[in-house]
Amino acid sequence: MRERQRNLQGWLFVSPWLVGFFLFTLYPILASLYYSFCDYRVLSPPRWVGLANYVALLTDRDYFLPSLWNTLFMLIELPLALIIGLTMALLLNHKIPGIGIFRTIYYLPSIMPVVAVAVLWLWVLNPQYGLLNAVLTPLLAPFGLQPPGWLADPKWSKPAFIMMDLWAVGGSVVIYLASLQNVPAHLYEAAEIDGAGAWHKTLNVTLPMISPVIFYNLIMGVIWTFQYFTQTFIMTQGGPQNSTLFYALYLFYNAFRDFRMGRACAMAWILFILTLIATLIVFRTSARWVYYEGERG
Amino acid sequence: MATETIAPRNRLADWKQSKVWRRRIAVTAVYIVLIALSISFLAPFALMVSTSLKTEDRIFTETIEWIPSPIRWQNYAEALQSFPFLLYLRNTLFVCTLVVVGTVLSSALPAYGFARLRWKGRDVLFLIMLATIMLPAQVTMLPVFVMFRTIGWTGTYLPLVVPPFFGSAFAIFLLRQFFLTIPQELSDAARIDGCSEWRIFWQIIVPLSVPALATVALFAFIGAWTDFINPLVYLTDENTYTLAVGLQTFVGRHSSEWNLLMAAATVVTLPLMVVFFFTQRLFIEGITLTGIKG
Repeated sequence: MRERQRNLQGWLFVSPWLVGFFLFTLYPILASLYYSFCDYRVLSPPRWVGLANYVALLTDRDYFLPSLWNTLFMLIELPLALIIGLTMALLLNHKIPGIGIFRTIYYLPSIMPVVAVAVLWLWVLNPQYGLLNAVLTPLLAPFGLQPPGWLADPKWSKPAFIMMDLWAVGGSVVIYLASLQNVPAHLYEAAEIDGAGAWHKTLNVTLPMISPVIFYNLIMGVIWTFQYFTQTFIMTQGGPQNSTLFYALYLFYNAFRDFRMGRACAMAWILFILTLIATLIVFRTSARWVYYEGERG
Repeated sequence: MATETIAPRNRLADWKQSKVWRRRIAVTAVYIVLIALSISFLAPFALMVSTSLKTEDRIFTETIEWIPSPIRWQNYAEALQSFPFLLYLRNTLFVCTLVVVGTVLSSALPAYGFARLRWKGRDVLFLIMLATIMLPAQVTMLPVFVMFRTIGWTGTYLPLVVPPFFGSAFAIFLLRQFFLTIPQELSDAARIDGCSEWRIFWQIIVPLSVPALATVALFAFIGAWTDFINPLVYLTDENTYTLAVGLQTFVGRHSSEWNLLMAAATVVTLPLMVVFFFTQRLFIEGITLTGIKG
């Protein structure tokens, strides 16, 4: 009796989430799987078409495949953000006066509303009068080079977005910093006794100890990249020449501009499977490079 | 004899001295890099504020004028007039308040269930909940839209403010991590005294968890303030827009009036910055809670 009461109590406490899970997660997952096999234009009921949506998408060289390629290209950002973020966190980990101010400064861009970031960077990236090219022009002039047109140039539009995102890398810096401060001091002391310098300490103590956090950030980064939307929606609407037509943007266009819910749901499921594969790859390889304390004696 | 004993001591002193110097040089180098980075991180902000105060004819100049002359405060008045800022601010605050209340209330209860009660199925459910954090939003977004459309909720705030009342997986996770750190003896003592779990939750756990709850509230607030895609999809009447969507329509209409655009961007950003400055510690604590054991 007491056992049953205890179980009931547990279920009662989690019930708000549980109801939400059925309404806003489980049912929608199943529904979107069903819609993905249908021609569904919202106004008329869904009509079963089998694999037609998937076939149409996977053979679509004009929009779908470019959008997938564009998004995969953006994954370059993850190693860059990792290196820059970690370096900044290592710098911030010095116990010197005024360090809190620097931490605040680096963190600021990441709490700015994305819409405001987009507006600001439209101006920063302006080819003629923007801040970035104002800095680059004198630097490139001696080599006879001119700065790129960024968002106006299909070759440079994606790097422009990557740069803008790296500006907001501070969010992960704070996570890295918190984990750096959790590395037990005795490990560093032991390494010092063994004669390790700063570089060796970073490589052999710091990196292994914070590898779970790096791992977490990588997975979230992959998921985040595939959902990249607001920035392109506001700044380029996918242009120029579809060079910034990212996966989530094309999905949005299918669903809410062209009202092809079935096809959009098929895209969502392909996205789901791709994210799953990417996460599995990171997980599988993680055994080799992620160190969990207490896992192995 | 005597010189031989002194020499090593001198060498030791030299070595110590050089170590002090090496440390000084290292610290200076760190400062230089930190400052260089700060400049590149702050420059876009400086540009935003500076452009927002320029007159129209001083925007497009050969070299960037960091200090505008003349300063035109009127840009702010004009930006706020050409887009109903106060109305959008009110809408945004309305949505934010409900989202915060909903998220905190309905995440704290499940977090308590996951962290401090033993029951059959708990660990399986917890794993499922963690997995949903990784689920791409697009998978659920479309059927949820169809669902809200069918019951006639599109064009209202309900799709934005009702789901938070069913908990947020991320918030539950964060609170659970915090609840786990509260000593179990506190609950045990209360149970022996005949306290119900409901009372333990409200009278022991909640008062001890104010910082964690505040962190969750803060994250929920910022999430709702900056949310773009949901208001974009669900709000159809321009008078119901939130600041994020309102700013986007403003961009469409004033695409080359950079002084007004920057004024609007500043105004939308400023409240968040103010909130951030007063709550920095909560931020760091929240990130530490979730990030470390992620």
